[in-house]
Amino acid sequence: MTAPAKQHLIDPEICIRCYTCENTCPIEAITHNDDNVVVDFDKCNYCMDCIPVCPTGSIDEWRVVKTPYSLDDQFGFEELPEQEEFAAGASEESVGLEALDDEMSKLLAEAHAGAGGKAKAPASASKASIGLYNLGKPAEMVVQGNYRLTDDPTHDVRHIILDAGSLPFPVLEGQSIGIIAPGTDDAGKPHLPRLYSISSPRDGERPNFNNLSLTVKREDKGICSNYVCGLAKGDKVQVTGPFGSTFLMPNDSDAKLLMICTGTGSAPFRAFTMRRQRSDPDAKNAMTLVFGARTPQSLPYFGPLNKIPDEQLSKHMVFSRLEGEPKRYVQDELREMEDEVAELLHDPNGYIYICGLRAMEEGVEAAMTSIAESFGEQWHAVRDVMREDGRYHVETY
Amino acid sequence: MLDLVNVEYDTLIPNNVKLSKDKRVQKALEKWHPGYINWWNDLIPQEFQNSLVYLRTAVSVDPKGWAKFDYVKMPEYRWGILLAPEVEDRKIPCGEHMGEPAWQEVPGEYRSMLQRLIVIQGDTEPGSVEQQRFLGKTAPSLYDMRNLFQVNVEEGRHLWAMVYLLQKYFGRNGREEADDLLRRSSGSDEAPRMLGAFNEETPDWLSFFMFTYFTDRDGKMQLESLAQSGFDPMSRTCRFMLTEEAHHMFVGETGVSRVIERTCQVMKENGIDNPYDIAKIRGLGVIDLPTIQKKLNMHYTLSLDLFGQEVSTNAANAFNSGIKGRFMEHRLDDDHKLNDATYPVTQFEDGQIVLKDMPALTAVNMRLRDDYRRDAAGGVGRWNKLIAKMGIEFEMKLPHEAFNREIGVFAKKPFNPDGNLLGETDYNEKKFDWLPDTADGDFIQSLMVPVTTPGEYAGWIAPPKVGIDNKPGEFEYVKLHMA
Repeated sequence: MTAPAKQHLIDPEICIRCYTCENTCPIEAITHNDDNVVVDFDKCNYCMDCIPVCPTGSIDEWRVVKTPYSLDDQFGFEELPEQEEFAAGASEESVGLEALDDEMSKLLAEAHAGAGGKAKAPASASKASIGLYNLGKPAEMVVQGNYRLTDDPTHDVRHIILDAGSLPFPVLEGQSIGIIAPGTDDAGKPHLPRLYSISSPRDGERPNFNNLSLTVKREDKGICSNYVCGLAKGDKVQVTGPFGSTFLMPNDSDAKLLMICTGTGSAPFRAFTMRRQRSDPDAKNAMTLVFGARTPQSLPYFGPLNKIPDEQLSKHMVFSRLEGEPKRYVQDELREMEDEVAELLHDPNGYIYICGLRAMEEGVEAAMTSIAESFGEQWHAVRDVMREDGRYHVETY
Repeated sequence: MLDLVNVEYDTLIPNNVKLSKDKRVQKALEKWHPGYINWWNDLIPQEFQNSLVYLRTAVSVDPKGWAKFDYVKMPEYRWGILLAPEVEDRKIPCGEHMGEPAWQEVPGEYRSMLQRLIVIQGDTEPGSVEQQRFLGKTAPSLYDMRNLFQVNVEEGRHLWAMVYLLQKYFGRNGREEADDLLRRSSGSDEAPRMLGAFNEETPDWLSFFMFTYFTDRDGKMQLESLAQSGFDPMSRTCRFMLTEEAHHMFVGETGVSRVIERTCQVMKENGIDNPYDIAKIRGLGVIDLPTIQKKLNMHYTLSLDLFGQEVSTNAANAFNSGIKGRFMEHRLDDDHKLNDATYPVTQFEDGQIVLKDMPALTAVNMRLRDDYRRDAAGGVGRWNKLIAKMGIEFEMKLPHEAFNREIGVFAKKPFNPDGNLLGETDYNEKKFDWLPDTADGDFIQSLMVPVTTPGEYAGWIAPPKVGIDNKPGEFEYVKLHMA
């Protein structure tokens, strides 16, 4: 059986037949008859040029299909067909569309698996652009800076700023980009991109500059992380993406965010916090960060974080290797914050984000289970409702 | 090539035309700028100037990242000068110079013709903003208010686009014309806008939707033809404007569609099947379908007048000189010169409507009008599908091209919407069966009450199917400034 394929379709009930997409498509993959504007499956190369020019939103429709709809099928559409059901075993990686590139989709699906089901974006999140640049056509960015964030010799975490120059590279907080390390692997094939969360807000590391930042930890024998951590100002980097369409923040300054992270998992939360600070500097008591690290010296952004006023960001930093102190982990802090967490679970405008090493999942799950139990509730039931509402997000690696 | 895509923010005016290297034009534009800002500030009511509107701003001409959405105060909107990227080796697509390299400078012999076309196009852009200036006060929702302001700021940007061409390529004359674009004013006795349809009032939101559907669609057709121009800067300007124009089409088509949907829904809920039970339907606070048809008749026929005379030597000259092409010229399969070709044109002879083959060159207006009619009919068909789906027996129709005309061979002839010639008295008696009268206008006006709670809509219009920028129902599209 052939693998299911993603097909780009246009919603005939929303489309106003302005043909802007057809005029924009660089390879004439879009055509129309008297009834509908349609996309030729055999021609479309997912370059996505047609998506932002559509005035209606009808263009951003996708179906995973065994047999693609032909042009004639699509000319006959009165409405979009339902997504066909796939047999058991279908998962985010085959039907989800966090990225248009199978490898990247798979990576993101794995990263999001901890949420216990198909991830959904917050309803009010901005629409993410995905997969504008890929292996065949990467974006070249220039390194503007590379700063060491930690003061721990065994723990080298870097803040890297990349400038996209004149290339359009629209990102949202919580999205990732792929970086392609130069050279080839043992089999002589070029390296695949590695995913890194963006740690700057949508309008740039510096407001209204077309740049973005990453938070990267140097890993022993990590080809890409060593490459990235060793970049110097002026170096050119091959970038794919952006990726990710669910781990996004609500566009609502009243939304309450609980952000739980370890290490470089803080990257998206730096972006979230800066977005709030820029878009709504007066918002108060709406963001809480629970951040675990071994020591203050190994906690990225320790200094800058402490400068953010508490009413903008309530900070709970927990350390596992402080001399003379008991080991404390994020789950211990969460248990102590039981009332606050419980309130958030029940608040329709409360959101939970978890980002960091996969190992943190278990502890957080256990803490959440006990918090839910103390209110006579089943954590998994609460979690599933929250996830379906786009209010529960996990990204671990 | 990339430089053309890159937008410069180092001058007051964002642009991708290297304005900072062209001091003469930069100076002229910066001199013009305060007058423009004054015009805008005097025009739009103060409470809206201070409100935060969720707008898209064009920031690039690359389709991938061409615009971004964010809250903006309208006077702080970045009106930029953006031209679509230059196409390498572009050739003049039609007329006697066909196949020659496209002009990067104004060809001397066509200077005045080109200038006139730019001025006419430029005059419509601020005209429509002027017509719509008070609509914000009666917006049926924050969603609609946002769409209105989006249309307004983009019409403003289109004015900038035309002013740039005038100041860059037409010297002192051009600068004077640019100033006059701000001096003329819609509906003014002393200095009205150049085209009739832009001096009519847009008194209510149904008129606004009809205007954006029918009149802005004329704008779209004109831009499509100018995008084919052999004068390359004009072509590139208009191509980029079309990306924005699509949103205006969207506002019109979905606006009318939502009015129709709401009317049908309320009729159904109240067990009314007869769309002509007007008093009863109006009593329920929605606009009856026959009145919507009357508004359609009026806006469609006014817009037909914008295409000018059916047979026109001016139009022939513009085409033959390569200054203005036809709709989708690049996809047409003929010699693109039209020296010997003919085109069927409706004429009025001995009291009869006849179709006569005329030289295609002189009939390019007629052809564009036909293209327009087909384009406009599409949405009407989709409205009818909706009405049928809601289970009401009624069909909207585009009236015959001879009905209610002021320009062309049918001007001031008493034709009915089916294209039958009536006697003058007969016509005048029935006129208001087909066109809105004062009472119709008053009724529609009575429904125009503002709704400013996010996610709520006035009773005469249905909510949209999808939000702007994929926003959910309760999104606050405008953060109103309540001074």
